[in-house]
Amino acid sequence: MPEPGFNFAYLDEQTKRSIRRAILKAIAIPGHQIPFSSREMPMSYGWGTGGIQVTASVIGKEDTLKVIDQGADDTTNAVNIRRFFKKVCGVKTTEKTSEATLIQTRHRIPETPLTEGQTIVYQVPMPEPLFVIEPSRTEAAKMHALEEYGSMYVKLYEDITQFGHIATAYDYPVIVDKRYLMKPSPIPRFDNLKMNNNPALQLFGAGREKRIYAVPPYTEVKSLDFEDYPFTVEKWEDKACEFCGATDSYLDEVVTDNEGGRMWICSDTDYCNGQLP
Amino acid sequence: MGYLLNINQLTKTYGNLTACDNISFDLYSGQILGIVGESGSGKSTLLNCIGSNLSIDGGKVTYTNSNNEILNIKQLPEAQHRKLTKTEWGFVQQNPRDGLRMNVTAGANIAERLLNVGVRHYGNIREEAKYWLEQVEIDTNRIDDLPSTFSGGMQQRLQLARVLVTKPGLIFMDEPTGGLDVSVQARLLDLLRSLVRNLDLSVILVTHDIGVVRLLAHRLLVMKNGQIVESGLTDRVLDDPQHPYTQQLVSSVLINN
Repeated sequence: MPEPGFNFAYLDEQTKRSIRRAILKAIAIPGHQIPFSSREMPMSYGWGTGGIQVTASVIGKEDTLKVIDQGADDTTNAVNIRRFFKKVCGVKTTEKTSEATLIQTRHRIPETPLTEGQTIVYQVPMPEPLFVIEPSRTEAAKMHALEEYGSMYVKLYEDITQFGHIATAYDYPVIVDKRYLMKPSPIPRFDNLKMNNNPALQLFGAGREKRIYAVPPYTEVKSLDFEDYPFTVEKWEDKACEFCGATDSYLDEVVTDNEGGRMWICSDTDYCNGQLP
Repeated sequence: MGYLLNINQLTKTYGNLTACDNISFDLYSGQILGIVGESGSGKSTLLNCIGSNLSIDGGKVTYTNSNNEILNIKQLPEAQHRKLTKTEWGFVQQNPRDGLRMNVTAGANIAERLLNVGVRHYGNIREEAKYWLEQVEIDTNRIDDLPSTFSGGMQQRLQLARVLVTKPGLIFMDEPTGGLDVSVQARLLDLLRSLVRNLDLSVILVTHDIGVVRLLAHRLLVMKNGQIVESGLTDRVLDDPQHPYTQQLVSSVLINN
Protein backbone atom coordinates (compact mmCIF):
# COMPACT_ATOMS: atom_id res chain seq x y z
CA MET A 1 0.00 0.00 0.00
CA PRO A 2 1.27 3.49 -0.76
CA GLU A 3 2.24 5.78 2.08
CA PRO A 4 -0.75 7.94 3.11
CA GLY A 5 -0.46 11.70 2.67
CA PHE A 6 1.11 11.51 -0.76
CA ASN A 7 -0.57 11.55 -4.13
CA PHE A 8 0.01 8.36 -6.12
CA ALA A 9 3.61 8.53 -7.45
CA TYR A 10 4.42 11.65 -5.39
CA LEU A 11 3.70 14.29 -8.09
CA ASP A 12 0.27 15.92 -8.20
CA GLU A 13 -2.02 14.97 -11.08
CA GLN A 14 -1.70 18.28 -12.96
CA THR A 15 2.08 18.03 -12.93
CA LYS A 16 1.92 14.47 -14.18
CA ARG A 17 -0.38 15.56 -16.98
CA SER A 18 1.96 18.34 -18.03
CA ILE A 19 4.90 15.95 -18.06
CA ARG A 20 2.87 13.39 -20.03
CA ARG A 21 2.13 16.07 -22.60
CA ALA A 22 5.86 16.71 -22.95
CA ILE A 23 6.43 12.96 -23.27
CA LEU A 24 3.81 12.66 -26.01
CA LYS A 25 5.45 15.49 -27.92
CA ALA A 26 8.83 13.85 -27.45
CA ILE A 27 7.53 10.55 -28.83
CA ALA A 28 6.04 12.37 -31.81
CA ILE A 29 9.42 13.90 -32.69
CA PRO A 30 11.97 11.16 -31.95
CA GLY A 31 15.19 12.49 -30.47
CA HIS A 32 13.99 16.08 -30.19
CA GLN A 33 14.30 17.70 -26.77
CA ILE A 34 11.05 19.01 -25.30
CA PRO A 35 11.20 21.51 -22.43
CA PHE A 36 9.12 20.65 -19.37
CA SER A 37 8.45 22.26 -16.03
CA SER A 38 10.79 20.18 -13.92
CA ARG A 39 9.71 20.05 -10.27
CA GLU A 40 11.66 20.02 -7.07
CA MET A 41 11.98 16.42 -6.00
CA PRO A 42 12.80 15.13 -2.53
CA MET A 43 16.39 14.53 -3.62
CA SER A 44 19.07 16.68 -5.18
CA TYR A 45 19.70 17.23 -8.87
CA GLY A 46 22.11 14.68 -10.23
CA TRP A 47 20.33 11.85 -8.47
CA GLY A 48 18.06 11.21 -11.39
CA THR A 49 15.29 13.73 -10.76
CA GLY A 50 14.48 13.87 -14.49
CA GLY A 51 14.12 10.12 -14.79
CA ILE A 52 12.12 9.97 -11.57
CA GLN A 53 9.65 12.59 -12.78
CA VAL A 54 9.18 10.73 -16.05
CA THR A 55 8.69 7.45 -14.20
CA ALA A 56 6.27 9.08 -11.77
CA SER A 57 4.23 10.44 -14.68
CA VAL A 58 3.87 7.18 -16.58
CA ILE A 59 3.71 4.62 -13.75
CA GLY A 60 0.35 2.94 -13.06
CA LYS A 61 -0.94 0.75 -10.28
CA GLU A 62 -0.48 -2.38 -12.40
CA ASP A 63 3.14 -1.66 -13.31
CA THR A 64 6.10 -3.69 -12.16
CA LEU A 65 9.12 -1.46 -11.62
CA LYS A 66 12.81 -2.26 -11.95
CA VAL A 67 15.49 0.30 -11.14
CA ILE A 68 19.13 -0.12 -12.08
CA ASP A 69 22.22 1.98 -11.57
CA GLN A 70 25.31 1.04 -13.62
CA GLY A 71 23.47 -2.19 -14.45
CA ALA A 72 23.08 -3.22 -10.83
CA ASP A 73 19.84 -3.51 -8.87
CA ASP A 74 21.58 -3.28 -5.50
CA THR A 75 23.49 -0.01 -5.63
CA THR A 76 22.58 3.06 -3.59
CA ASN A 77 20.69 4.98 -6.27
CA ALA A 78 18.81 1.95 -7.49
CA VAL A 79 17.78 0.80 -4.01
CA ASN A 80 16.64 4.26 -2.94
CA ILE A 81 14.70 5.11 -6.06
CA ARG A 82 13.01 1.69 -5.99
CA ARG A 83 12.10 2.20 -2.33
CA PHE A 84 10.82 5.69 -3.09
CA PHE A 85 8.38 4.42 -5.69
CA LYS A 86 7.34 1.49 -3.55
CA LYS A 87 6.51 3.99 -0.83
CA VAL A 88 4.58 6.52 -2.93
CA CYS A 89 2.96 4.08 -5.41
CA GLY A 90 2.79 0.75 -3.65
CA VAL A 91 3.61 -0.94 -6.97
CA LYS A 92 5.31 -4.27 -7.40
CA THR A 93 9.06 -4.09 -7.92
CA THR A 94 11.38 -6.63 -9.43
CA GLU A 95 15.01 -7.20 -10.26
CA LYS A 96 14.16 -9.34 -13.29
CA THR A 97 14.30 -7.45 -16.56
CA SER A 98 11.79 -9.80 -18.21
CA GLU A 99 9.19 -9.26 -15.45
CA ALA A 100 9.40 -5.47 -15.41
CA THR A 101 6.94 -3.30 -17.33
CA LEU A 102 8.82 -0.12 -16.43
CA ILE A 103 12.57 0.16 -15.98
CA GLN A 104 14.36 3.23 -14.73
CA THR A 105 18.04 3.21 -15.50
CA ARG A 106 21.21 5.12 -14.93
CA HIS A 107 24.19 4.35 -17.22
CA ARG A 108 23.11 0.99 -18.67
CA ILE A 109 20.57 -0.80 -20.83
CA PRO A 110 19.85 -4.31 -19.48
CA GLU A 111 21.54 -7.19 -21.33
CA THR A 112 18.29 -9.13 -21.53
CA PRO A 113 16.59 -7.84 -24.70
CA LEU A 114 13.65 -5.56 -23.99
CA THR A 115 10.27 -6.50 -25.40
CA GLU A 116 7.18 -4.79 -26.74
CA GLY A 117 5.14 -3.10 -24.05
CA GLN A 118 8.11 -2.37 -21.83
CA THR A 119 9.20 1.21 -21.12
CA ILE A 120 12.72 2.18 -20.18
CA VAL A 121 13.40 5.55 -18.55
CA TYR A 122 16.91 7.02 -18.69
CA GLN A 123 18.28 9.54 -16.23
CA VAL A 124 20.02 12.27 -18.22
CA PRO A 125 22.52 14.74 -16.77
CA MET A 126 23.10 16.83 -19.92
CA PRO A 127 20.63 16.42 -22.79
CA GLU A 128 22.24 18.76 -25.33
CA PRO A 129 24.74 16.90 -27.56
CA LEU A 130 25.91 20.12 -29.22
CA PHE A 131 26.90 21.58 -25.86
CA VAL A 132 30.52 20.47 -26.28
CA ILE A 133 30.98 22.45 -29.47
CA GLU A 134 28.36 25.21 -29.12
CA PRO A 135 27.89 26.78 -25.70
CA SER A 136 24.94 28.95 -26.80
CA ARG A 137 21.56 27.23 -26.44
CA THR A 138 20.00 29.55 -29.00
CA GLU A 139 22.60 28.66 -31.58
CA ALA A 140 22.36 24.95 -30.72
CA ALA A 141 18.58 25.05 -31.20
CA LYS A 142 19.15 26.62 -34.60
CA MET A 143 21.65 23.93 -35.52
CA HIS A 144 19.12 21.25 -34.57
CA ALA A 145 16.39 22.97 -36.57
CA LEU A 146 18.59 23.21 -39.65
CA GLU A 147 20.16 19.78 -39.13
CA GLU A 148 23.65 21.27 -39.05
CA TYR A 149 25.47 18.44 -37.35
CA GLY A 150 28.80 18.59 -39.20
CA SER A 151 30.62 20.30 -36.32
CA MET A 152 29.69 17.39 -34.06
CA TYR A 153 32.09 15.25 -36.05
CA VAL A 154 34.97 17.56 -35.10
CA LYS A 155 35.07 15.76 -31.74
CA LEU A 156 35.30 12.37 -33.46
CA TYR A 157 37.96 13.71 -35.83
CA GLU A 158 40.01 14.85 -32.84
CA ASP A 159 39.60 11.42 -31.21
CA ILE A 160 40.96 9.60 -34.24
CA THR A 161 43.76 12.12 -34.64
CA GLN A 162 44.80 11.79 -31.02
CA PHE A 163 44.15 8.12 -30.26
CA GLY A 164 43.89 6.43 -33.65
CA HIS A 165 40.30 5.45 -33.00
CA ILE A 166 37.11 7.06 -31.75
CA ALA A 167 37.73 7.13 -28.02
CA THR A 168 34.35 8.43 -26.86
CA ALA A 169 33.33 5.61 -24.53
CA TYR A 170 30.02 6.74 -23.08
CA ASP A 171 27.23 9.14 -24.02
CA TYR A 172 28.21 8.46 -27.62
CA PRO A 173 26.10 10.74 -29.85
CA VAL A 174 23.49 9.18 -32.12
CA ILE A 175 21.17 10.27 -34.92
CA VAL A 176 17.58 9.24 -34.25
CA ASP A 177 15.26 8.37 -37.12
CA LYS A 178 17.70 9.95 -39.62
CA ARG A 179 16.98 13.38 -38.20
CA TYR A 180 17.80 14.51 -34.67
CA LEU A 181 21.16 14.34 -32.99
CA MET A 182 20.70 12.89 -29.51
CA LYS A 183 22.72 12.12 -26.43
CA PRO A 184 21.84 8.66 -25.18
CA SER A 185 22.69 9.62 -21.55
CA PRO A 186 25.95 8.24 -20.14
CA ILE A 187 25.45 4.63 -21.20
CA PRO A 188 28.58 2.89 -22.52
CA ARG A 189 28.75 2.88 -26.30
CA PHE A 190 28.41 -0.92 -25.95
CA ASP A 191 24.71 -0.23 -25.35
CA ASN A 192 24.21 2.07 -28.34
CA LEU A 193 23.42 -0.87 -30.59
CA LYS A 194 20.62 -1.93 -28.24
CA MET A 195 18.81 1.37 -28.79
CA ASN A 196 18.46 0.73 -32.49
CA ASN A 197 15.09 -0.76 -33.47
CA ASN A 198 14.32 -1.57 -29.87
CA PRO A 199 10.76 -2.89 -29.37
CA ALA A 200 10.49 -1.02 -26.05
CA LEU A 201 9.62 2.64 -25.59
CA GLN A 202 12.66 4.65 -24.50
CA LEU A 203 12.11 7.87 -22.52
CA PHE A 204 14.79 10.30 -21.37
CA GLY A 205 14.41 12.81 -18.55
CA ALA A 206 16.84 15.58 -17.59
CA GLY A 207 15.62 17.23 -14.38
CA ARG A 208 18.13 20.02 -13.90
CA GLU A 209 18.16 20.91 -17.60
CA LYS A 210 14.36 20.57 -17.81
CA ARG A 211 14.23 18.51 -20.99
CA ILE A 212 12.45 15.31 -22.03
CA TYR A 213 13.10 13.32 -25.18
CA ALA A 214 12.16 9.91 -26.46
CA VAL A 215 12.85 7.11 -28.90
CA PRO A 216 9.62 5.31 -29.86
CA PRO A 217 9.67 1.51 -30.37
CA TYR A 218 11.30 0.25 -33.56
CA THR A 219 13.08 3.52 -34.39
CA GLU A 220 16.42 3.70 -36.12
CA VAL A 221 19.21 4.91 -33.85
CA LYS A 222 22.52 5.34 -35.62
CA SER A 223 25.79 6.16 -33.88
CA LEU A 224 27.94 8.83 -35.53
CA ASP A 225 31.03 7.55 -37.32
CA PHE A 226 33.29 8.01 -40.33
CA GLU A 227 33.15 5.91 -43.50
CA ASP A 228 36.70 4.67 -42.88
CA TYR A 229 36.31 4.51 -39.08
CA PRO A 230 33.00 2.74 -38.52
CA PHE A 231 31.32 2.65 -35.12
CA THR A 232 32.58 -0.18 -32.90
CA VAL A 233 31.75 -1.33 -29.39
CA GLU A 234 34.04 -2.26 -26.52
CA LYS A 235 35.47 -5.79 -26.50
CA TRP A 236 37.04 -7.75 -23.67
CA GLU A 237 39.00 -10.10 -25.94
CA ASP A 238 39.58 -13.29 -23.95
CA LYS A 239 37.76 -12.25 -20.79
CA ALA A 240 34.54 -13.70 -19.44
CA CYS A 241 32.50 -12.81 -16.35
CA GLU A 242 34.18 -14.50 -13.41
CA PHE A 243 30.82 -15.19 -11.75
CA CYS A 244 28.71 -16.52 -14.59
CA GLY A 245 31.12 -17.01 -17.47
CA ALA A 246 29.20 -14.73 -19.84
CA THR A 247 31.27 -13.43 -22.76
CA ASP A 248 28.55 -11.34 -24.40
CA SER A 249 27.83 -8.85 -21.62
CA TYR A 250 29.39 -5.57 -20.50
CA LEU A 251 32.12 -6.33 -17.97
CA ASP A 252 33.20 -4.20 -15.02
CA GLU A 253 36.70 -4.42 -13.65
CA VAL A 254 36.46 -4.63 -9.88
CA VAL A 255 39.44 -4.19 -7.57
CA THR A 256 39.18 -6.81 -4.86
CA ASP A 257 42.08 -6.18 -2.48
CA ASN A 258 45.08 -3.98 -1.76
CA GLU A 259 47.47 -6.29 -3.59
CA GLY A 260 46.20 -5.30 -7.03
CA GLY A 261 43.85 -8.24 -7.28
CA ARG A 262 40.98 -7.58 -9.64
CA MET A 263 38.20 -9.43 -11.33
CA TRP A 264 35.93 -8.96 -14.31
CA ILE A 265 32.21 -9.29 -13.68
CA CYS A 266 28.95 -8.51 -15.48
CA SER A 267 27.74 -5.00 -14.76
CA ASP A 268 24.14 -6.22 -15.20
CA THR A 269 23.49 -8.12 -11.96
CA ASP A 270 20.16 -9.56 -13.09
CA TYR A 271 21.67 -10.94 -16.28
CA CYS A 272 24.62 -12.36 -14.34
CA ASN A 273 22.32 -14.15 -11.88
CA GLY A 274 20.31 -15.53 -14.77
CA GLN A 275 23.39 -17.11 -16.33
CA LEU A 276 24.27 -19.06 -13.19
CA PRO A 277 23.26 -22.71 -13.27
CA MET B 1 29.11 39.06 -67.59
CA GLY B 2 26.91 39.90 -64.62
CA TYR B 3 28.03 40.99 -61.21
CA LEU B 4 28.82 38.56 -58.42
CA LEU B 5 27.61 40.83 -55.69
CA ASN B 6 25.46 43.92 -55.93
CA ILE B 7 24.91 46.25 -53.02
CA ASN B 8 22.11 48.72 -53.49
CA GLN B 9 21.36 51.58 -51.09
CA LEU B 10 22.46 49.61 -48.05
CA THR B 11 21.74 51.43 -44.80
CA LYS B 12 22.52 50.42 -41.26
CA THR B 13 21.88 52.55 -38.22
CA TYR B 14 22.65 52.17 -34.55
CA GLY B 15 20.12 54.47 -32.93
CA ASN B 16 21.02 58.00 -34.05
CA LEU B 17 24.25 56.86 -35.57
CA THR B 18 24.22 55.95 -39.24
CA ALA B 19 27.01 53.42 -39.64
CA CYS B 20 26.35 52.79 -43.33
CA ASP B 21 24.52 55.43 -45.30
CA ASN B 22 23.07 54.43 -48.68
CA ILE B 23 26.01 52.33 -49.77
CA SER B 24 25.93 50.99 -53.33
CA PHE B 25 28.54 49.12 -55.31
CA ASP B 26 29.09 46.08 -57.52
CA LEU B 27 31.64 43.33 -57.22
CA TYR B 28 32.60 41.21 -60.20
CA SER B 29 34.03 37.73 -60.24
CA GLY B 30 37.80 37.60 -59.70
CA GLN B 31 37.87 41.11 -58.36
CA ILE B 32 39.42 42.32 -55.15
CA LEU B 33 37.62 45.26 -53.67
CA GLY B 34 39.36 47.22 -50.96
CA ILE B 35 37.44 49.30 -48.46
CA VAL B 36 39.51 51.87 -46.62
CA GLY B 37 38.67 54.54 -44.13
CA GLU B 38 39.53 55.66 -40.65
CA SER B 39 38.33 53.68 -37.66
CA GLY B 40 34.67 54.25 -36.99
CA SER B 41 33.93 55.03 -40.63
CA GLY B 42 31.60 52.03 -40.91
CA LYS B 43 33.76 49.75 -43.04
CA SER B 44 33.63 46.74 -40.71
CA THR B 45 29.90 47.23 -40.18
CA LEU B 46 29.44 47.24 -43.94
CA LEU B 47 31.41 44.00 -44.22
CA ASN B 48 29.36 42.36 -41.48
CA CYS B 49 26.09 43.55 -43.03
CA ILE B 50 27.01 41.78 -46.24
CA GLY B 51 29.06 38.84 -45.10
CA SER B 52 27.64 37.74 -41.81
CA ASN B 53 24.21 37.91 -40.36
CA LEU B 54 24.09 41.51 -39.19
CA SER B 55 20.62 42.88 -39.97
CA ILE B 56 20.30 45.91 -42.22
CA ASP B 57 17.79 48.74 -42.04
CA GLY B 58 17.43 49.38 -45.73
CA GLY B 59 18.71 48.47 -49.15
CA LYS B 60 19.35 45.26 -50.96
CA VAL B 61 22.21 42.76 -51.24
CA THR B 62 22.14 40.52 -54.28
CA TYR B 63 24.51 37.62 -54.89
CA THR B 64 24.92 35.40 -57.94
CA ASN B 65 25.73 31.91 -56.69
CA SER B 66 27.71 29.16 -58.40
CA ASN B 67 24.57 27.90 -60.17
CA ASN B 68 24.01 31.38 -61.59
CA GLU B 69 20.96 31.91 -59.42
CA ILE B 70 20.49 35.49 -58.29
CA LEU B 71 19.82 35.53 -54.54
CA ASN B 72 18.43 38.38 -52.50
CA ILE B 73 20.57 37.78 -49.44
CA LYS B 74 18.45 39.48 -46.85
CA GLN B 75 15.31 37.61 -47.93
CA LEU B 76 17.06 34.28 -48.16
CA PRO B 77 15.74 31.66 -45.72
CA GLU B 78 18.11 31.35 -42.80
CA ALA B 79 19.02 27.75 -43.65
CA GLN B 80 20.17 28.77 -47.12
CA HIS B 81 21.99 31.82 -45.82
CA ARG B 82 23.90 29.80 -43.26
CA LYS B 83 24.79 27.24 -45.90
CA LEU B 84 26.07 30.02 -48.14
CA THR B 85 28.31 31.41 -45.40
CA LYS B 86 29.68 27.92 -44.76
CA THR B 87 30.39 26.98 -48.36
CA GLU B 88 30.50 29.62 -51.08
CA TRP B 89 31.48 32.40 -48.75
CA GLY B 90 34.31 32.67 -46.32
CA PHE B 91 34.98 35.18 -43.59
CA VAL B 92 38.52 35.87 -42.43
CA GLN B 93 38.36 37.67 -39.11
CA GLN B 94 40.72 40.33 -37.92
CA ASN B 95 41.33 38.31 -34.77
CA PRO B 96 42.01 34.64 -35.64
CA ARG B 97 40.44 33.68 -32.33
CA ASP B 98 37.07 34.72 -33.74
CA GLY B 99 37.47 32.64 -36.86
CA LEU B 100 39.13 29.51 -35.48
CA ARG B 101 38.31 26.92 -32.87
CA MET B 102 41.28 27.40 -30.59
CA ASN B 103 40.76 24.21 -28.57
CA VAL B 104 40.88 21.76 -31.48
CA THR B 105 43.81 20.98 -33.79
CA ALA B 106 44.63 22.84 -36.99
CA GLY B 107 43.46 19.81 -38.98
CA ALA B 108 40.10 19.78 -37.23
CA ASN B 109 39.69 23.49 -37.94
CA ILE B 110 40.02 22.83 -41.64
CA ALA B 111 38.00 19.62 -41.38
CA GLU B 112 35.01 21.37 -39.86
CA ARG B 113 34.04 23.16 -43.06
CA LEU B 114 34.22 19.84 -44.93
CA LEU B 115 32.23 18.05 -42.23
CA ASN B 116 29.63 20.77 -42.51
CA VAL B 117 29.08 19.98 -46.16
CA GLY B 118 28.70 16.28 -45.41
CA VAL B 119 32.15 14.75 -46.05
CA ARG B 120 32.43 11.72 -43.76
CA HIS B 121 35.68 10.05 -44.77
CA TYR B 122 38.45 10.69 -42.26
CA GLY B 123 41.30 9.81 -44.63
CA ASN B 124 40.05 12.09 -47.38
CA ILE B 125 39.44 14.93 -44.96
CA ARG B 126 42.99 14.68 -43.70
CA GLU B 127 44.47 14.66 -47.19
CA GLU B 128 42.42 17.70 -48.04
CA ALA B 129 43.49 19.46 -44.84
CA LYS B 130 47.16 18.76 -45.59
CA TYR B 131 46.77 20.06 -49.13
CA TRP B 132 45.36 23.35 -47.92
CA LEU B 133 47.96 23.71 -45.20
CA GLU B 134 50.55 23.44 -47.96
CA GLN B 135 48.72 26.02 -50.02
CA VAL B 136 48.92 28.54 -47.20
CA GLU B 137 52.55 27.60 -46.52
CA ILE B 138 52.09 25.92 -43.16
CA ASP B 139 54.24 22.86 -42.54
CA THR B 140 51.96 19.79 -42.74
CA ASN B 141 53.72 18.41 -39.66
CA ARG B 142 51.80 21.01 -37.70
CA ILE B 143 48.42 19.53 -38.68
CA ASP B 144 47.86 18.00 -35.24
CA ASP B 145 48.92 21.05 -33.27
CA LEU B 146 46.55 23.44 -31.58
CA PRO B 147 46.19 26.86 -33.25
CA SER B 148 47.18 28.45 -29.95
CA THR B 149 50.71 27.11 -30.53
CA PHE B 150 50.84 28.96 -33.87
CA SER B 151 52.25 32.43 -34.41
CA GLY B 152 49.87 35.25 -35.31
CA GLY B 153 50.73 35.06 -38.99
CA MET B 154 50.26 31.29 -39.05
CA GLN B 155 46.91 31.59 -37.31
CA GLN B 156 45.83 34.05 -39.96
CA ARG B 157 46.95 31.67 -42.71
CA LEU B 158 45.20 28.76 -40.98
CA GLN B 159 42.04 30.82 -41.00
CA LEU B 160 42.52 31.23 -44.71
CA ALA B 161 43.02 27.48 -45.22
CA ARG B 162 39.88 26.76 -43.21
CA VAL B 163 37.91 29.06 -45.45
CA LEU B 164 39.45 27.94 -48.74
CA VAL B 165 38.80 24.23 -48.22
CA THR B 166 35.19 24.51 -49.43
CA LYS B 167 36.39 26.40 -52.53
CA PRO B 168 34.46 29.59 -51.88
CA GLY B 169 33.78 32.17 -54.58
CA LEU B 170 33.69 35.16 -52.29
CA ILE B 171 35.85 35.92 -49.30
CA PHE B 172 35.39 38.69 -46.77
CA MET B 173 38.46 39.89 -44.93
CA ASP B 174 38.44 42.24 -42.01
CA GLU B 175 41.91 43.68 -41.45
CA PRO B 176 43.66 40.39 -42.29
CA THR B 177 47.08 41.91 -41.65
CA GLY B 178 46.16 43.76 -38.48
CA GLY B 179 48.45 42.97 -35.59
CA LEU B 180 51.12 41.32 -37.73
CA ASP B 181 54.63 42.68 -38.05
CA VAL B 182 55.72 44.10 -41.37
CA SER B 183 57.67 41.11 -42.72
CA VAL B 184 54.85 38.71 -41.85
CA GLN B 185 52.37 41.11 -43.41
CA ALA B 186 54.34 41.15 -46.62
CA ARG B 187 54.40 37.36 -46.78
CA LEU B 188 50.69 37.09 -46.12
CA LEU B 189 49.94 39.67 -48.79
CA ASP B 190 52.12 37.82 -51.25
CA LEU B 191 50.31 34.60 -50.46
CA LEU B 192 46.91 36.23 -50.77
CA ARG B 193 47.82 37.69 -54.13
CA SER B 194 48.86 34.36 -55.61
CA LEU B 195 45.90 32.48 -54.11
CA VAL B 196 43.45 35.00 -55.44
CA ARG B 197 44.92 34.72 -58.90
CA ASN B 198 45.20 30.93 -58.93
CA LEU B 199 41.83 30.16 -57.38
CA ASP B 200 39.89 32.91 -59.13
CA LEU B 201 38.62 34.30 -55.83
CA SER B 202 36.66 37.45 -55.30
CA VAL B 203 37.51 39.34 -52.17
CA ILE B 204 36.13 42.21 -50.19
CA LEU B 205 38.96 43.49 -48.10
CA VAL B 206 38.52 45.93 -45.27
CA THR B 207 41.63 47.65 -44.00
CA HIS B 208 42.97 50.96 -42.86
CA ASP B 209 46.34 50.19 -44.39
CA ILE B 210 46.80 51.93 -47.71
CA GLY B 211 49.83 49.75 -48.48
CA VAL B 212 47.71 46.60 -48.32
CA VAL B 213 45.13 47.81 -50.78
CA ARG B 214 47.77 49.19 -53.13
CA LEU B 215 49.25 45.71 -53.35
CA LEU B 216 46.06 43.69 -53.49
CA ALA B 217 42.95 45.59 -54.47
CA HIS B 218 41.75 46.18 -58.00
CA ARG B 219 39.14 48.65 -56.96
CA LEU B 220 38.84 50.84 -53.93
CA LEU B 221 36.08 52.38 -51.85
CA VAL B 222 36.94 55.15 -49.44
CA MET B 223 34.55 55.53 -46.54
CA LYS B 224 34.03 58.35 -44.11
CA ASN B 225 31.22 58.73 -41.60
CA GLY B 226 29.28 55.84 -43.07
CA GLN B 227 29.38 57.13 -46.62
CA ILE B 228 31.42 56.26 -49.66
CA VAL B 229 33.29 59.45 -50.45
CA GLU B 230 35.30 58.12 -53.35
CA SER B 231 35.54 54.96 -55.41
CA GLY B 232 37.37 53.73 -58.46
CA LEU B 233 40.43 51.83 -59.65
CA THR B 234 42.94 51.56 -56.83
CA ASP B 235 45.76 53.27 -58.66
CA ARG B 236 43.53 56.08 -59.82
CA VAL B 237 42.17 56.73 -56.34
CA LEU B 238 45.56 56.59 -54.67
CA ASP B 239 47.50 58.53 -57.28
CA ASP B 240 44.87 61.11 -58.07
CA PRO B 241 42.60 61.43 -55.04
CA GLN B 242 39.65 63.76 -55.66
CA HIS B 243 37.97 63.99 -52.29
CA PRO B 244 39.69 66.04 -49.59
CA TYR B 245 39.49 63.14 -47.15
CA THR B 246 41.13 60.73 -49.59
CA GLN B 247 43.84 63.31 -50.28
CA GLN B 248 44.47 63.54 -46.58
CA LEU B 249 44.49 59.75 -46.22
CA VAL B 250 46.94 59.24 -49.07
CA SER B 251 49.26 62.04 -48.02
CA SER B 252 49.41 60.70 -44.47
CA VAL B 253 51.14 57.52 -45.65
CA LEU B 254 54.89 57.38 -45.51
CA ILE B 255 56.31 56.51 -48.88
CA ASN B 256 59.59 54.65 -48.98
CA ASN B 257 61.08 54.99 -52.39
